[in-house]
Amino acid sequence: MSEENKREPDEASAPSEPVAEAPSEAPSEAPSEPASEPAAEPAAESTAPTPAPAPEEAAAPPAPRRVETDEEKAARRKASLEAREAAKAAAAQAAAQAAQAGNEGRAAAKAPGGEGEGGEEEQPPKPPSHNQPRLDRVVALLRELIAEDAVEEAYINEPNDHLPTLVIKNEHWLKTAQLFRSHAELSCSYLRNISGVDYETHMEVVYYPLNMENHHCYCVKVRTDREQPSVSSVTPIWETANWNEREIYDLLGIDFPGHPDLRRIMMPDDWVGHPLRKDYVPLDPEV
Amino acid sequence: MQHFWDQPLSWGTAGIFAAAAIGVLAFVIFFVTYAIYFERKFIGWMQYRQGPNRTGPLGLLQSVADVAKLLFKEDTIPKKADRGLFILAPVLAFVPSFAVLAFIPYSLNLQFADLNVGFLYYIALSGITTIAIVVAGWASNNKYSLLGGMRSAAQMISYEVPLVMSVVGVVMMSGSLNLRDIVIAQEGYFWHWNFLPQILGFGIFLIAAVSELNRTPFDLPEAESELVAGYHVEYSGFRFAFFMLTEYIYVYAIASLTTILFLGGWNPPIPQLDFIPGVLWFFLKFAVIVFCLFWIRATFPRLRVDQLMGLAWKVLLPLAILNIFLTALGIELIG
Amino acid sequence: MIRTEELLLNVGPQHPSTHGVFRIVVKLDGEVITEATPVMGYLHRGTEKLAENLNFTQIIPYTDRMDYVSAMTNNYVLCHAVEKMMELEIPERAEFMRLIVMEMQRVASHLVWWGTYLLDIGAMSPFLYAFSDRERILSLFNELCGARLTYNYMRVGGVKWDAPEGWIAKVKVLVKDMYNRLDEYHNLVSGNEIFLSRIKGIGQYDAKTAIDYGLSGANLRSTGVKWDLRKDEPYSLYDRFQFDVPVGKNGDCFDRYECRMEEIVQSLRILEQALEQFPGEGDTMGKVPRVIRPPAGEIYVRIESPRGEIGCHIVSKGKAEPFRLKFRRPSFVNLQILPKLLVGESMTNLVTILGGIDIVLGEVDC
Repeated sequence: MSEENKREPDEASAPSEPVAEAPSEAPSEAPSEPASEPAAEPAAESTAPTPAPAPEEAAAPPAPRRVETDEEKAARRKASLEAREAAKAAAAQAAAQAAQAGNEGRAAAKAPGGEGEGGEEEQPPKPPSHNQPRLDRVVALLRELIAEDAVEEAYINEPNDHLPTLVIKNEHWLKTAQLFRSHAELSCSYLRNISGVDYETHMEVVYYPLNMENHHCYCVKVRTDREQPSVSSVTPIWETANWNEREIYDLLGIDFPGHPDLRRIMMPDDWVGHPLRKDYVPLDPEV
Repeated sequence: MQHFWDQPLSWGTAGIFAAAAIGVLAFVIFFVTYAIYFERKFIGWMQYRQGPNRTGPLGLLQSVADVAKLLFKEDTIPKKADRGLFILAPVLAFVPSFAVLAFIPYSLNLQFADLNVGFLYYIALSGITTIAIVVAGWASNNKYSLLGGMRSAAQMISYEVPLVMSVVGVVMMSGSLNLRDIVIAQEGYFWHWNFLPQILGFGIFLIAAVSELNRTPFDLPEAESELVAGYHVEYSGFRFAFFMLTEYIYVYAIASLTTILFLGGWNPPIPQLDFIPGVLWFFLKFAVIVFCLFWIRATFPRLRVDQLMGLAWKVLLPLAILNIFLTALGIELIG
Repeated sequence: MIRTEELLLNVGPQHPSTHGVFRIVVKLDGEVITEATPVMGYLHRGTEKLAENLNFTQIIPYTDRMDYVSAMTNNYVLCHAVEKMMELEIPERAEFMRLIVMEMQRVASHLVWWGTYLLDIGAMSPFLYAFSDRERILSLFNELCGARLTYNYMRVGGVKWDAPEGWIAKVKVLVKDMYNRLDEYHNLVSGNEIFLSRIKGIGQYDAKTAIDYGLSGANLRSTGVKWDLRKDEPYSLYDRFQFDVPVGKNGDCFDRYECRMEEIVQSLRILEQALEQFPGEGDTMGKVPRVIRPPAGEIYVRIESPRGEIGCHIVSKGKAEPFRLKFRRPSFVNLQILPKLLVGESMTNLVTILGGIDIVLGEVDC
């Protein structure tokens, strides 16, 4: 039952989904092996893939318990890297569209692969959210006090209690954070959460500052390049960012210049790689 | 026993002394075995538990099994420990604890050594155990045990002062340091026992005694939640058993001492009950004290080091001195 | 003045009072801490990474294992997040069941904290009293879902099992008994002079610091900040019930103790009302698609766990697996203040302060 569940979306979304893990495998596999043996096939995938089937199996997702030689590993890593490069352009396009879709409201993605060329534009326009004025005010403030182009995007995340969501330009983030903390209108003294997300095309750090007096919460996103990810640290502004940033640094490899003590926090100090990255390949498959 | 001391030492008397010593040892070990059993049982009941109930009928053989386990356990000595001192420490702790038992009068006639300075003898010998604990903490070459040893030294030295001072009142009232004379001075009804006229001294003595025993709420040297196990963290097997034995023998000694100094020793609470042998009265009172020690252990949290020291020097010692003054005043006025 | 050498002491990862495999490297001058460096990660299982390859129903058991003292609230935060993304309707009876088990869990969790905290401070008996009471709650959970610690009880759209016959009545009895037991506990412990002297004025911080460090739960409320997500950003059915948010004043270990003890009472109050209003019949599972596949988008939901604000941040790409799942773990965030509090304190206070923060290592390391 659960395997079936797991399998289904992969098949359905495979053609349009630029997943870095299995880019070359998915398109070739989905048409050639329709749901004729749905139980056997995922089982084989989840245990050890036999080296027999096809050469493109080399790019298959890392099997948890398979012992590989170093060459095989290197080949696999290289293949996945190349595939990722190839998929990057397409993914960037898709992500941009998805973001646009989000801008207008929620992506009406009942069908999987909603970030493809779906028909979001056909959605009837929704009444503006009650938080829209708040969002507009923040955007205006940022434009006025930080920089005209500080805000890349601003939209209301409706399913999430109409949360005003902003995407801030990386270079303006530190000043923006200070503004959020100290501006009389915002005064978000409490930083709820920091998450790091690897979007494969770029990295994103998501902040949730909160004003405890009037319960105004915001979602602020900062995008950064994937190769040299770097976002200014807000530890001097909110002390709570300290360990959260260390965790993101540890698991996603985003650098936080300005952090007082940026070390690994969860993984051992000598760990190689950043496990939460989508293209992470463990050095030792046994781990 | 007393008349043997007056005879010249011959093989016969030496044999009797040795046999008596072995007898006391056997008795004390028996006491320790069942003190541990009852402690676990009582505390278990206080905590809605059964306590040991698997080994032997009603779990009576639990302590025996525990001791057997300790004896068969591998004896480990840490590589970087100071080997000589590490081995010496348990012995150094145990010997004085056993030696202090010699002077305790269980009844008018049952006493192994009638010392004129009985109480001082106890204080002097028990001080050696403190050294053993510091040695154990140092020799283990473990930071936790070192901290435990240092705490223990500070604590034992501090609390010995109020302990001795609190007894001075009793000594003044009976006019002797000899424990037998102290008991004899308390003859009569139970309000003649020292604990009523010396109520302040009694309180100080109890608190200081619990502290001397390193038991809750004064068990800082072996505070398991901070120092893991304190000075004996590196000890295992029979060396650990020696520390355990020492601790419980001191429970025995302190309970006996409290009975003698404050609860009238072998005297019955009212003279009409003197058909019951004095030894029974002695052990009855003794058992009450031991039970109180267990009870305290099940109830109280632990003090902090600075609070512990503050209590000894700022509260107990001035009170003990006040007690001496009041006793002197009382003797002068009432006679 | 005698100068002594500084002692570098490793507290943990195997130490009875670090409540799990947590390690603090402390520098001691005598018994005074001059520097404390927390080291964690010994229980890091990579839940967030594992979740990226699992569908949402499969992730629920993983949440059990984060804060294993309060698994029900963890179940809830994930299910709640997914339900919000998918805009699912939850049957009232299911929501009541969730609320009841969450509040029971809060009582159980605070009891564990109370017992272990007293054990840290050196009192042995409260630990066993607390566990015997918690045992009753766990037995009721056991009756409900067949597990005592990791329940895997909630599902997206409702709960897995309906209350068995007589279960609600048993909870009612339990709530009534708990009031009496709490009185007993207060008699035994809360007035104890030694206990009070150990925790009063220890580990003190003010409201500003607490907010700056992002503390939540009793750690925040002890400073006088009235902030409880059940009241301030109501979720589930909490807006239907009467309860107070206990706050402290000084932000020391004593206030945290008082807050938590009072929270147990408030939880019992909520339970009383919820049991009274419990709908006699109804579904325990809403209409849920066969494959749980939240639409593409992003969500952050937060609820009040016994330890504070537990949040769940899901980034979905419209697939059955989350693209990214991040948990905001209150223990992890609350623990950040520890090094600041420890400097200048003694070894003994280390245990008092660490216990007062109330961490669960499964959650710190996640």
